[in-house]
Amino acid sequence: MKNNNKKKIKIPKGSNILEGSRAVALTVANIEPDVVSAYPITPQTHIVEDLAKFKADGKASYEYVRAESEFAAASIVVGASATGVRTYSATSSQGLLLMTEVIFNMAGLRLPIVLTIANRGVSSPITIWNDHQDAMTVRDAGWLMFFAENHQEAVAQHLLAYKLAETLNIPAMVNIDGFILTHSYEPVIIPTKAQIKKYLPKYSPTKGSYLNPKEPMTMGSFARPAYYQEIRQSLQDDLSNSIDLIEKEYKKLQKTLGKDIATKDSSALIEYYGKKKAKTVIVAMGSVVGTIKEVVDENKEVAVLKLKVIRPFPYKQIIKNLKNAKKIIVIEKAISLGNVGPMASELKSALQGKTPAKIYSIIAGLGGRDITKKKINKIININSQDTNKAIFIS
Amino acid sequence: MKEIRVHGRGGQGVVTASEIIAISAFKDGFFSQAFPSFGVERTGAPIEAFARIDTNFIRTREQIYNPDIVIILDASLLGSEAVKSGVNNNTKILINTTLNPQEIIKKYPNLKNKQNSLLTIDATGIALKILGKNLANTVILGALAKQTEIITLKGLKQAISEKFSEKNQEIVKKNLKAVSIAYDK
Repeated sequence: MKNNNKKKIKIPKGSNILEGSRAVALTVANIEPDVVSAYPITPQTHIVEDLAKFKADGKASYEYVRAESEFAAASIVVGASATGVRTYSATSSQGLLLMTEVIFNMAGLRLPIVLTIANRGVSSPITIWNDHQDAMTVRDAGWLMFFAENHQEAVAQHLLAYKLAETLNIPAMVNIDGFILTHSYEPVIIPTKAQIKKYLPKYSPTKGSYLNPKEPMTMGSFARPAYYQEIRQSLQDDLSNSIDLIEKEYKKLQKTLGKDIATKDSSALIEYYGKKKAKTVIVAMGSVVGTIKEVVDENKEVAVLKLKVIRPFPYKQIIKNLKNAKKIIVIEKAISLGNVGPMASELKSALQGKTPAKIYSIIAGLGGRDITKKKINKIININSQDTNKAIFIS
Repeated sequence: MKEIRVHGRGGQGVVTASEIIAISAFKDGFFSQAFPSFGVERTGAPIEAFARIDTNFIRTREQIYNPDIVIILDASLLGSEAVKSGVNNNTKILINTTLNPQEIIKKYPNLKNKQNSLLTIDATGIALKILGKNLANTVILGALAKQTEIITLKGLKQAISEKFSEKNQEIVKKNLKAVSIAYDK
């Protein structure tokens, strides 16, 4: 291509052009987990194939345990994590659903496991393509939940996920859109092992917090009614109260690795893009935000609020950025069937009494349907009196 | 921003072609992006893949509906509406074929007002001769570099070497030779 206007092209130093899955796999390998276990499922497969290959080629020191199902992979990771080592797994869609029982246990056991979800719709009918229904289904499980817009954000969020998981003893999942991010090529910077070590030192859990044959103990014991609720409440307290720590760790990540690697946003939780105090604000998460930003650049009356973390739910930051809006449009790739989109529900709950704005629940992009700029422009003009209904855009 | 759409059939390396375009453009000093339409290839089924090249980071994730360049790896797809979708008078259509543009229009009358947009290369012929098999996806990119200048031959060669770095070096060498031949045609 000719660079006609002779504009200086500022590709960040150290960038390489990689598949999204490869970017995640290289980052995870450089984080140096001790145990990786996974079962291949589209569109997550390339990530764990890469990790298996690094191991087979002698480039990685983790144990790679092949599992017979996602349930087994999750259980293997639980066992490994309970012995006090750093662990990793990845899955998608039905794989995450099959893991669900273990997903709740991971949080309840307070294990700092990190999981990548290559987001995909769920059956039935069978789809292998992207939406967020898989992740939304486990949002009550007690995990930190990140959503990435692009490869670099996914890389940064994995570093943050490990740091927070190991600080809080709460598992963390990084959601990246299946195919759209996992199978796309774009420039990205992969931090080296040495760079990562400066931010994320070797995992060393406190003595007595993990299984050790020399000092036997029980994890995940039976809790009678006299104790169960307090244990659950302490997980809720620790997860909800982690908002400030997430911001602090993100700033530290930016300072340690630089903004080209850690991403430039001012917050780890949200990104507001577009006109300040815009009357119409779109709320969305994941890769579609990139396309929405293009629309915002062409339509100066609209802004977009990107949710990068949904657990813990950053309600204060959301309220602050939405309180001046007259029309709030939540575009989601998931639905709570029988109600509206799950994020629309949560926004309505957070904004109750804070704004007279109409809050619309737009369902789009299910099962890999392309969300185009044209559709986003159509969505902006939606004008319905009944905001209690989910509006499907096809 | 320049947008390129690649059409072919499962097994012809359509997705790989789009990836190599993006890597080439990156080697040329541009921002780029590549992604498959559906991500799963079934042998023989029509497949699309996309590449974008720009002077800024590419944020959009929508598929390509108004391509600047269409690459067609399998000329039997020329009769389908999908390959013509969103094509305007400035769109270049690069086809892997032994026919010349006049012959193509005779065979596929739906392209009759596109005569000036058609670019051709017998990539399969070169692939059979140099690679010893009908894999035209890299070869046609040599013609893309020459006939559209959207990527450079230098960038393309670097991209092929990098993309195939885990393959047998003999395969890399043959591919580099094949793209040079396509470039010099």
